[in-house]
Amino acid sequence: MIRRRLFGIGLLVATGLALGFLLLPLVAIFLRVPPGDLVAQLGSDVAVDAIVVTLKTTLIAQALILVVGTPAAYFIASRSFRGRPFVITLVELPLVLPPAVAGIALLAAFGRLGLLGGTFDALGVSVSFTQTAVVLAVAYVASPFYIRLAIASFEALDSSLIDASRTLGAGPARTFLRIALPLAAKGLAAGAALSFARGIGEFGATIMFAGSLQGVTQTVSLAIYAQLDLDFDVALALGALLVLVSAAILLLVKLIPAWTRSTSTSASPFARFGSS
Amino acid sequence: MDSLDLDISLALRSFRLELALTVGRETYALVGPSGAGKTSVLRTVAGLVRPERGRIALDGRVLFDSTAGIDRQPEDRRVGFVFQEYALFPHMSVEQNVAYAGGTNVPEVLERFRIAHLAKARPGELSGGERQRVGLARALARKPDVLLLDEPLSALDTHTRANVRAELRSILDHLDLPVLLVTHDFQDAAALADRVAVLVEGRILQVGTAAALIAAPSDVFVASFTGANLLSGRALPGPDGLTQVTLADGNVVYSVDEMRGPVDVAFYPWEVSIARETPDDSALNHVRAPITSAVQIGNRVRIQVGALVAEVTTASVERLELEEGELVVATFKAAATRLVPRA
Repeated sequence: MIRRRLFGIGLLVATGLALGFLLLPLVAIFLRVPPGDLVAQLGSDVAVDAIVVTLKTTLIAQALILVVGTPAAYFIASRSFRGRPFVITLVELPLVLPPAVAGIALLAAFGRLGLLGGTFDALGVSVSFTQTAVVLAVAYVASPFYIRLAIASFEALDSSLIDASRTLGAGPARTFLRIALPLAAKGLAAGAALSFARGIGEFGATIMFAGSLQGVTQTVSLAIYAQLDLDFDVALALGALLVLVSAAILLLVKLIPAWTRSTSTSASPFARFGSS
Repeated sequence: MDSLDLDISLALRSFRLELALTVGRETYALVGPSGAGKTSVLRTVAGLVRPERGRIALDGRVLFDSTAGIDRQPEDRRVGFVFQEYALFPHMSVEQNVAYAGGTNVPEVLERFRIAHLAKARPGELSGGERQRVGLARALARKPDVLLLDEPLSALDTHTRANVRAELRSILDHLDLPVLLVTHDFQDAAALADRVAVLVEGRILQVGTAAALIAAPSDVFVASFTGANLLSGRALPGPDGLTQVTLADGNVVYSVDEMRGPVDVAFYPWEVSIARETPDDSALNHVRAPITSAVQIGNRVRIQVGALVAEVTTASVERLELEEGELVVATFKAAATRLVPRA
């Protein structure tokens, strides 16, 4: 009896410790400085520049990820070809790659002295340490989050719906746009939200490949680091902003599956988030 | 001259699908156990699976020809396909599903299939029978040259099944199209189709009207598939020009079919009656065995007597006060007893 009660108390203490440890730093951000001051600090030049750079680069990167990643994911999900597991592993590799490695790899590929640097030079384009570099770095580290979920969503589609569309006179492109895309939408939205969150928080690859120039390549994450020694309150304010954005995105991802009720007419599930 | 002509060869997982068939303006059913390759036949016609060799033509229009290198895309074949679970687009209303096919007069099609009142409903809100009508309406909205039905009744529960079957029959009767349907249920095939082909492991064993298959199954599998009782034994010429068959359990039965050697005796459950005493009639076969089970189906009772099944009226079971385990005599006419040669 006592032993059972002890075990229950033990579980409770462990849960309390874990939650406390995870939440305390986040709460500390908001407690150290009054909320009014936090908002005021977000109006400083450094903060505004960082927010603008972050929004601009992340949105462009996100657009690129969606436009290129969606058809690529559909192709990978709907074809069986030799080396498919290898291709999927390649897509997932940046997920586990240390960001610093991603940064040096991007420099090696697109930097002035890199693989394609000569080509870019000839065209009069310099990539590294520009806003383009930020976009590339964000796209590089964030795209696997989207593509992976997009592949899983397309794979989960009931293939008889695709077949039905074809026999009803729709070609592959129309079938993709009118059947596959809307039915996979929930999974695609969840993937987009996750990759957006990852993109906003990007730090390591960006600082190596794009540097940290205020108003040009200094994103919010980089500004927090830069302001650490200069103005701790600005760093805190930017940190608080990212906490709120991250929490909002996470909540969004959790809510997406509940957005529309299931109207499946077939046994097999489709577009169920996380069904990889 | 509307007809579907097909002659194909395609390797499936454990056997080769190899068959030729011609479907005129009729309903042609492919029946067989699951995994016999039935659905693959439909998919080759629709262009969703490519045969390795062969030719598929619709009204003389070549859809596929391996030697000529012709393989039309599914969207160019003018084929109506009703999928097993109907494959209605769940994110579209009934109306949008039907309109997807690009037919000209959607309201008229909805009216014809009695689904006009469901126009705005999503497939998820429909009953099984309604889904099937939407599936049919959608497949026919484009005025295809052939209609393919994959297990049209298997997604339905037993209550709605009989109604939907009758309804489907009347729809098919009014179509002036070749209809190729596949099912694992011989009763469904018999109820819906003008001709039935029994497909086993990729090959057609027998083609004919359902009545012809029941009357003269060419093969033991066909006989068992049509629902006949099968008892194996050895045939010899018997008295009165009948063939005498000694069954494995020692019982002796007679048939009007002439045959010698190892045979299977085939007769239908509805030809069998049950009695307590052995009747004194040489034209009747009788097998004495205990009742092992009795299941009521509507106004009939399916009684398992030893190795055979009898279907009798509920009234006669009540009159005889039959109980499980009781020793009874199952009788059936020598004239209703078919002999099928055994390899």
